[in-house]
Amino acid sequence: MIVSFTLNGRSRTVDVEPATLVADLLRENLNLTGTHVGCDTSQCGACVVLFNGEAVKSCTLLAPMLDGGTLTTIEGLSGPGGSNALHPMQEAFHQNHGLQCGFCTPGMVMTAVALATKNPTPTEAEVRHGLEGNICRCTGYQNIVASVLAGAAAMHAPGIGE
Amino acid sequence: MSNVIGIGAAPRRKEDFRFLTGRGNYVADIKRADMAFGVFIRSQHGHAVIRGIDTAPALALPGVQAVLTGDDVAADGLGSMPCGWGIHGSDGLPMKEPPFPMLAQGKVRFVGDMIAFVVADTLELARAAAEAVVIDYEVLPAVVGVLEAVRPGAPQLFDDVPNNLCCDWELGDKAAVATAFRKAAHVARLSLVNNRLIGNPMEPRAAIAEYNGGTGHYTLWTTSQFPHVVRFLMSALVLNIPEQKMRVVAPDVGGGFGVKQFHYGEEAVITWAARRVGRPVKWVADRSEGFVSDRHGRDHVTEAELALDQNGKFLALKVVTSANMGGYLSTFGPNIPTNLYAPLLSGVYTTPAIYCNVKVVFTNTVPVDAYRGAGRPEATFVVERLVDVAAAEMGIDRVELRRRNIIPKESYPYQTPVLVEYDSGDPMGCLEGALTAADVAGFAERKAKSERDGKFRGLGFSTYVEACGLAPSRFAGRLGARGGLYESATVRVHPTGQVTVLIGTHNHGQGHETTFAQIVSEKLGVAFDNVDIVFGDTDRVQFGMGTYGSRSLVVGGAALAKASEKVVVKGKKIAAHLLEASEQDIQFEAGVFSVAGTDRTKTFQEIAGAAYVPHNYPLEVLEPGLEEQAYYDPVNFTYPGGCHIAEAEIDPETGIVTLEKYTAVDDVGTVINPMIVEGQLHGGIVQGIGQALYENAVYDDVSGQLLSGSLMDYCMPRADHLPNMTVKTHSTLCTHTPMGVKGCGEVGTIGSPAAVINAVVDALSHLGVQHVDMPATPNRIWRVIQNAAMPRAAE
Repeated sequence: MIVSFTLNGRSRTVDVEPATLVADLLRENLNLTGTHVGCDTSQCGACVVLFNGEAVKSCTLLAPMLDGGTLTTIEGLSGPGGSNALHPMQEAFHQNHGLQCGFCTPGMVMTAVALATKNPTPTEAEVRHGLEGNICRCTGYQNIVASVLAGAAAMHAPGIGE
Repeated sequence: MSNVIGIGAAPRRKEDFRFLTGRGNYVADIKRADMAFGVFIRSQHGHAVIRGIDTAPALALPGVQAVLTGDDVAADGLGSMPCGWGIHGSDGLPMKEPPFPMLAQGKVRFVGDMIAFVVADTLELARAAAEAVVIDYEVLPAVVGVLEAVRPGAPQLFDDVPNNLCCDWELGDKAAVATAFRKAAHVARLSLVNNRLIGNPMEPRAAIAEYNGGTGHYTLWTTSQFPHVVRFLMSALVLNIPEQKMRVVAPDVGGGFGVKQFHYGEEAVITWAARRVGRPVKWVADRSEGFVSDRHGRDHVTEAELALDQNGKFLALKVVTSANMGGYLSTFGPNIPTNLYAPLLSGVYTTPAIYCNVKVVFTNTVPVDAYRGAGRPEATFVVERLVDVAAAEMGIDRVELRRRNIIPKESYPYQTPVLVEYDSGDPMGCLEGALTAADVAGFAERKAKSERDGKFRGLGFSTYVEACGLAPSRFAGRLGARGGLYESATVRVHPTGQVTVLIGTHNHGQGHETTFAQIVSEKLGVAFDNVDIVFGDTDRVQFGMGTYGSRSLVVGGAALAKASEKVVVKGKKIAAHLLEASEQDIQFEAGVFSVAGTDRTKTFQEIAGAAYVPHNYPLEVLEPGLEEQAYYDPVNFTYPGGCHIAEAEIDPETGIVTLEKYTAVDDVGTVINPMIVEGQLHGGIVQGIGQALYENAVYDDVSGQLLSGSLMDYCMPRADHLPNMTVKTHSTLCTHTPMGVKGCGEVGTIGSPAAVINAVVDALSHLGVQHVDMPATPNRIWRVIQNAAMPRAAE
């Protein structure tokens, strides 16, 4: 079926089997392989994207649900086009060593962006609670938590436009 | 030259950008033209005879390219999955080593054992076809526990392995230990279980293979920590492919932790299938599939006894362990609970006599092999738990008992009674540092506050050492290794003076692209940004043993330092010619060659240019070009270690253990990048905390089904489980590695389980609790508390 939506700032129309998961649509049909699949029970959070501004595990969405909506993946976080600029949250992960193998990173960053958008000044405990749906096996979370706190501050710093 | 970032600095990681922007290149991201998709059919039973496989209904479906079974493997004369270690029992006989077929031959021995491989045009068609294959099983009784497996009458996995005993192995002086026990003032005894773990790197395993019929070349992309070893084992021992016609690529790999350091049957099957179907074939494991096929870790049952004199001096240690191998021998399997376990029972203590017996046992479970720490966390857990038991029984403070037995700094190098010689260390310094950093002095006050809140609070210590930097090849060979354990590096200086390093280790989160670039930047005075690190491709990198056993910096970094030094040696020859000076008078510092005592200089870049444009060059005595290679084989293991202190609070109403504080002071030798080292320690510690509090692989005793077979059943540590850790280093320099490094990949996982459980037991000590098995789940702790509160029957 035909599904039209906004993907990373640009309109997109795809012809897709209705039973296709958005995680698979992104990875297999649209070649956006930054969204990762780390489990089959919606536990790991590696596939989190922003759908209409909410952090959503893309393995829990079917492609037709995108119709008319707005989807942002890790590839589109810093804006459309081939810019090498990093979103403040991506930069915070870089500065705070918030990633090791990189596999959970896209989901972590997307979750963090949604968290910091809703709660501009989260506490450490709120960040830890907010990341409960994302598993990282490498970092022990400490530097991810530091990254999210720094990223939230940077996202809402004066002079950073929304 | 600007932007030199050397040893001890903490530049942000070079590899971050591609991961942060979704441009990583993991195996599952790779697509090949006209690729087909594969699905493995795996045993649904723990133990069964396969009476027949009917592939016809699957082959009749549209789009199905092949259904391959064990019969096809046999018909093509393919080899068995090799084991890289051959150990010997106390009777001098070699371990029992039954074949490990890549697809089952007549029998399956664990849930997840591979039976057939279905290849079809799409993943959906392959899955449907796999459903259509009919397997006729004759289900046999299964045995999953190590103690049960060796009992008379237990189900037998192999006809020629009586009592499922692979090897009855021992190390140490049994007679000396017996003598010491007879003289002991006190003997502390402990029975414990080291729980079975599933590594669960976040990226599931995956592979793609393709065959070029025109040249006879194969390419395998695989989620591996050691692509060259996969190529060697698979080409030479399994598929009988000329090694030079086989390319193995391990691109970005999403975490390993040991799980990806084995040659898996899937790799061989897919490579073989790609040729049979004449198309690229791709397979990506589901997480559920990973649970029943990724090699598991740990799974020991142990009886340990520590003999002490009246002052608490350790006289001897005796340990008897039964170690689960699962259904077959995996690549490193028998090495882990033997050579990587028993030598670490010496810990950081002066225990003069140690004896260890390990029964290596087959069961109807996933093969068990190395998982981060691999043998050493198990040894540390035995020793550090037993020290606490002894302290409690003798009424000696736990820290004081450790102080009385710790090897003094000045006694290094220290020869233990169990094979290894520690070259350097300062365990007392780590202990003292940790006591301060953890504010142990303030614990009583914090405990009193917990008591006022109706909670139990405990403190746990773990002073420990590990052996890593695997490994001195000659020594490993004596222990049963069938391969070498050196590493290689090539430093390729380009005509511009920029550098590409080709190294045989594999980076899957450890930050090698950054750390190794710092080494080159320091050694050659080249800008950090002008150094790229290449790894993970057998067609680009000369050779390598890969990444595991905290070896990449210790062994690979040493090869890199050595190759860099060779570049400088050649550069001096070129500089001597250009500067018309004697080679002995040429100095090299910070990227500049100079004639001693003069202002005549040539930059590294100028030397590189001259090497590749040799118009003014000593061609009669020196080859053009500037590229050097080094292999490095260490002379000893390295011995990082330290002291970990955990502080836990227990809610007696729920049994929930909350880790309130965690402090680690570790000796990892020279620190190249403190940011990366800290990250490695964080991650390692949390994996150890996971073992202590959350993770447990549970099999059903009767059916052999894995009950903890998904992330919903197997509890991985999450962000809200954990406190902020305090991590510090207290380093002594390794005396035999070129830069004094010791490695840091596994220390966290090795020291932490004992610290956490010691804290839990301490919190419950007022109830008379002496030991708690891992994981200390709310259910288990609540029961311990309830049982302790029950009035005891008269004895």
